[in-house]
Amino acid sequence: MAEPILRIEDIHKAYGKTKVLRGVSFDVAPGEVVVIIGPSGTGKSTLLRCVNLLTVPDRGRVWLEGVELTDKAVDINKAREKIGMVFQEFNLFTHLTAVQNVMLALTKVKGMKTAEARARAERELEKVGLADKADLYPAELSGGQKQRVAIARALAMNPKVMLFDEPTSALDPELIGEVLEVMQALASQGMTMLVVSHELGFAREVADRIIFLEDGVIAEEGPPEQLFVNPRNPRTREFLYKLTELYGEHGEPKSRGRER
Amino acid sequence: MRCVVYILPAAKLTLLVTVMSLAMGFVLGMLLAVARVYGGPVLRFAAASYSRVVRSLPTLVMVFALYYVVLMTDFLGGSRLASAVLALGACSTAYQSEIFRGAIQSLGSGQMLAARSLGMSRPVALRNVILPQAVRLAIPAWSNEAAIVLKDSSLVSAVGTVELFRRAEHVAAATHDWLTAFLAVGLIYFCLTFLTNRGLDWVERRYRLKV
Ligand SMILES: Nc1ncnc2c1ncn2[C@@H]1O[C@H](COP(=O)(O)OP(=O)(O)OP(=O)(O)O)[C@@H](O)[C@H]1O
Ligand SMILES: [Mg+2]
Repeated sequence: MAEPILRIEDIHKAYGKTKVLRGVSFDVAPGEVVVIIGPSGTGKSTLLRCVNLLTVPDRGRVWLEGVELTDKAVDINKAREKIGMVFQEFNLFTHLTAVQNVMLALTKVKGMKTAEARARAERELEKVGLADKADLYPAELSGGQKQRVAIARALAMNPKVMLFDEPTSALDPELIGEVLEVMQALASQGMTMLVVSHELGFAREVADRIIFLEDGVIAEEGPPEQLFVNPRNPRTREFLYKLTELYGEHGEPKSRGRER
Repeated sequence: MRCVVYILPAAKLTLLVTVMSLAMGFVLGMLLAVARVYGGPVLRFAAASYSRVVRSLPTLVMVFALYYVVLMTDFLGGSRLASAVLALGACSTAYQSEIFRGAIQSLGSGQMLAARSLGMSRPVALRNVILPQAVRLAIPAWSNEAAIVLKDSSLVSAVGTVELFRRAEHVAAATHDWLTAFLAVGLIYFCLTFLTNRGLDWVERRYRLKV
């Protein structure tokens, strides 16, 4: 494996008495797509937020391109520019139009001039197929469109790694496809991605590796073929079985014509 | 009608006291609200205590208290006007801090997380993401607060500031026609409040967040 772009080392996080993460470690290679699955409340969101230190881990270290982000001396705001994040609830800034959402950090963080930022933002919106929605407010967009704006907003910062926290869970089934397509395209362009998702179709097709997180530890990890076909841990098999029952239709949307 | 003409010039002082008190309450109330939501435990406690204590005191008590404090310390030359603004402003600070705190909290944590994930520092996120939305959400409640401060400004007449209400008393004493004088001043307050609310309604429609 090439030099990892992202290294997660022994992450622990507790909220009061609840130990959410109990020692999670893994590396991500440049261009790799890692999908994290696991039962609700098992710490998937917490883990993603520990990567860009929106949540500070109690113990453990995070490295991005050989720089330790958990080091107190590191300017975490600077580091976060390199880590894009997409949320389940989109979290678009409601007082700004789509293009202004994408521009804001370009002007306020990267210090770009307005005209330059606007041009850049329009290009990013075009890439996610929303060039014609640039001047609409979030309330005027569908869920799928909102999430694509959120992806464009993160990509505009030129991140090295993208984090996705259940990006399609808040979407109506018929809108999931358009977001997954954007993510798939991004993966094929070589973006390093860490994705929490229960879209099994996406995981099977796009992931290089799947991590099954349970009770705050990695219960199993491996390439999708291994986890789907021949999981070593019986819990993995059980969870995937339940998931297929629950989300089967979403995981493999008929519209995208995938074989079972 | 003559009465209105005699009393009306004092509206200048009423408006001055109201606007300055509201402005003071806006700035300090906003700071307190940010401290309440994003501050550490000490700051949160201090801000919450201020709001709790001040909201438990009658405004008239604050008016007298600040008047004597200003007199005794000769703060700002012991000016009545300054003491009036400080008293109403201190009260409005507490109420506005509650208004803005509610607005900020109703945004949820996602907005701050998204802003920070893009590399914004906390102050930059507050200025560009949180506060612009919170202010818009707060307009209806703030409009109510503005009307209350406008009417409460009559309380500062108690320490001898010659604003609308005190002026009405003077006119009444001169004409011996108390009913007319107070009807006139009531009409003036009504018009001012009405205009304030209509103005802020317009601002709200103009800047309403589409949710
Ligand atoms: N800020 C917080 N304060 C207290 N407890 C928290 C906080 N954030 C998360 N938790 C708790 O930590 C546990 C793990 O939460 P987390 O959101 O990481 O799980 P998850 O795997 O993402 O679940 P889901 O699939 O429901 O999104 C939960 O029990 C949750 O209640
Ligand atoms: Mg989660």
